[in-house]
Amino acid sequence: MIHYNRFTLDNGLRVIVHEDPTTPMAVVNVMYDVGARDEDPAQTGFAHLFEHLMFGGSVNIPEYDEPLQMAGGENNAYTTNDLTNYYIELPAENLETAFWLESDRMLSLAFSEKSLEVQRKVVTEEFKEHYINKPYGDVWHKMRELAYSRHPYRWMTIGKELSHIEHAKLDDVKSFFYRHYRPVNAILVVAGKVTTEQVKVLAEKWFGDIASGERYVRNLPVEPPQQEAHKLEIKAKVPLDALYKTYHIYPRKDQRYYTADLLSDILSGGGSSRLHQVLVKEKKLFSNIDCYHFGSLDAGLMAIDGKLVKGVKMKDAEKAIQEELVKVQQQIIPERELQKVKNRVESMLAFEDMGLLSRANNLAFYELLGDASLMNTEFENYERVTAKEIQDEAQLIFSEKNSNTIHYYAGN
Amino acid sequence: MINRSQAPAIKDAVDFDITLKPYELFKLDNGIPVYVVRSEEQETVQLELVFPAGSWYETENLVASATNFLMKNGTSKHSALQVNEMAEYFGAYLNRNCYHENATYTLHCLTKHTAELLPILQEVVLDPAFPEEELAIFSQNMKQKLAVNLQKCEFVANRHIDKYLFGEFHPYGRVSSMEAYDALQTESLRAFYQRHYNYANCKIFIAGNLPENIIPLLNQYFGSTLWNGETSTIRPELPILPAEEKKFRIFNDENGVQGAVRIARPFPNRYHPDFPKMLVLNTIFGGYFGSRLMSNIREEKGYTYGIHSQLYNFRQASAINISTEAGRDVCEATLTEVYKEMDRLQKEEIPEEELSLVRNFMIGSILGDLDGAFQVIQRWKNLILNDLDENYFHNNIKTIKTITAAELQQLAQQYYNREDFYELIVI
Repeated sequence: MIHYNRFTLDNGLRVIVHEDPTTPMAVVNVMYDVGARDEDPAQTGFAHLFEHLMFGGSVNIPEYDEPLQMAGGENNAYTTNDLTNYYIELPAENLETAFWLESDRMLSLAFSEKSLEVQRKVVTEEFKEHYINKPYGDVWHKMRELAYSRHPYRWMTIGKELSHIEHAKLDDVKSFFYRHYRPVNAILVVAGKVTTEQVKVLAEKWFGDIASGERYVRNLPVEPPQQEAHKLEIKAKVPLDALYKTYHIYPRKDQRYYTADLLSDILSGGGSSRLHQVLVKEKKLFSNIDCYHFGSLDAGLMAIDGKLVKGVKMKDAEKAIQEELVKVQQQIIPERELQKVKNRVESMLAFEDMGLLSRANNLAFYELLGDASLMNTEFENYERVTAKEIQDEAQLIFSEKNSNTIHYYAGN
Repeated sequence: MINRSQAPAIKDAVDFDITLKPYELFKLDNGIPVYVVRSEEQETVQLELVFPAGSWYETENLVASATNFLMKNGTSKHSALQVNEMAEYFGAYLNRNCYHENATYTLHCLTKHTAELLPILQEVVLDPAFPEEELAIFSQNMKQKLAVNLQKCEFVANRHIDKYLFGEFHPYGRVSSMEAYDALQTESLRAFYQRHYNYANCKIFIAGNLPENIIPLLNQYFGSTLWNGETSTIRPELPILPAEEKKFRIFNDENGVQGAVRIARPFPNRYHPDFPKMLVLNTIFGGYFGSRLMSNIREEKGYTYGIHSQLYNFRQASAINISTEAGRDVCEATLTEVYKEMDRLQKEEIPEEELSLVRNFMIGSILGDLDGAFQVIQRWKNLILNDLDENYFHNNIKTIKTITAAELQQLAQQYYNREDFYELIVI
């Protein structure tokens, strides 16, 4: 059970305080309700590029990192297709430094031409490092395009192509900032050796006078149900053939999301899971195989991917996966196996809650989802899932017409 | 109106009093020491068994890591699948790791399941069977993984730079290969297991919210003298044979759009008085986001997504290693800039403001790292396994708080001479 208090400033900024007197540290976490899904299809990668620019100085503070490091703090940030999150961890005595820094960059950035120019290059190198200069690095770009026809999940957070990042203009940066980075679209979580009273005073002092901004209303194209299987073949200079399959699943707030999550654990959660046991250990068709999903807020994808053992034919490997999927569709999961995956979730949630940073992060995430209190009832959503529901969902999710398949062949 | 250009007052992190929460020490009936750090906050447990069974002790390449990996894959009573099922039923993570010096088995679980999981941990540690088929699957899959990794410039660069520093026959410089995986035999694994995984060699580190009877439980499962021999392992000294040539360029992928750049030199190990000082200089140079290398090469020039300098924590000998993946056409320029930053540290004293920032940053980060019992036991483990105590920890903190700009400059003059560095670019 994670305890917290909450209040909202007049400008709409939601504030959540999690008091933990056992640590000497404090965490200040600011989550903005904007991700790559909110980008213009002609300007993808922008939310992430923007995250880099948030470290290029703000209107009153030329250097973001230096004063924080001087206060003994560390920070980082990440962007996903759904959201952007910034966090600071520092000795609790120096909490106010974090308020000062975070509030100034919410007030306004410095919008420096030089910072944009450099970060364009840095992100370009990040793009190359992770997606071009790596074997199989292009596969998720292609898979997203294969699986989505309309929803902006059809591009990756880093962007669809390098040119979008290379052409970013300072005016675009400004308008993006004022559209999304306003108090009304943000959630502030303060956690650690802090008190709610102290946070109220600091929040009012540093964030209280920032103009509210307009609430961003998300109106994304809806992905129509997929009507036929999509397939793609890739031949590239990689050492092994690989197989990638994805299936459309449910939005994060749908109860069936939890069913799908447990289904992926049945297939691939740990050394005793089905795909690993049958396809790697018994049939020796794959050297590794995983089933997972992306935890997306809108309807996301469940993925199965693996590398084929040298000499194994693609159609044999695919057929063997299919046989395992048919098993979960046709036979009810034994009670003990269901209990196993639920115990796994219980344990995972407990270990997640150990870190102060992770607690702060999660409180912001669940608040974004609708209410921070969802964090404390999350396990109940899993406990509720029945073996019959898993079977029913397996039949819907793993239907042929809901599938996207990439055969990735080793070539020269 | 608040004055936003005025930073709030801070407490200097150097004024923080950092204490390392003490451990409790117990001895099992067979003499195994158990180091314990308790906490009441969460219902979780971390239990780690450590053996001097790292690659240092192997006489055939990869035997140490294969032994460590395969102990869990089948015992005389249960198959790999059954072992995994038993542990995973309780939502536990049963992990193993093999390093240069030590090899470990670690259990993470909810407090309430501890008693049910100890027999499983006991079985994999005391009674592994090393089935032929498991070894065959392991070798095949590791070879496949290696084939993929060999296409990555950073993987290839890491292998080569360690080879230059320590020599390819030394455990710090030795690398995996298809041939070495093919040569693995279950007899060698069994023999290695017999020699190194015995109670006389074992240390246990445990942290978290522990069941009240944890020590009797540990005694029940690990306290007997009925496993393996009682001989302690003797740690041989091994000669380091560094490469003579200093500059290397490797083309791994003709279409590569980035190169992996490595610049490295040997450095004395942690027992040398310069080691704690170098930790500070290394941080300034390339050990945090605001470092000289990051500021110049990422934030000023945009040549890379990240550049770091690290100090190896190996026992026999350390090394300074600067690493980055940079755009193919700016790899050479990156080298030039790294050397420029070395020159600057040799010629100019570090300004007081920057030094004070780094002191605060380092102390703040130690404070953050000591947050929680799992982190505290990690610190203790590192000290204990290296035959050190809390004085070492406190001395390091004292160095961070008191080292002067003049001392750092002198250190740079001694250790940041470009002719002493190996230099490698892999495209």
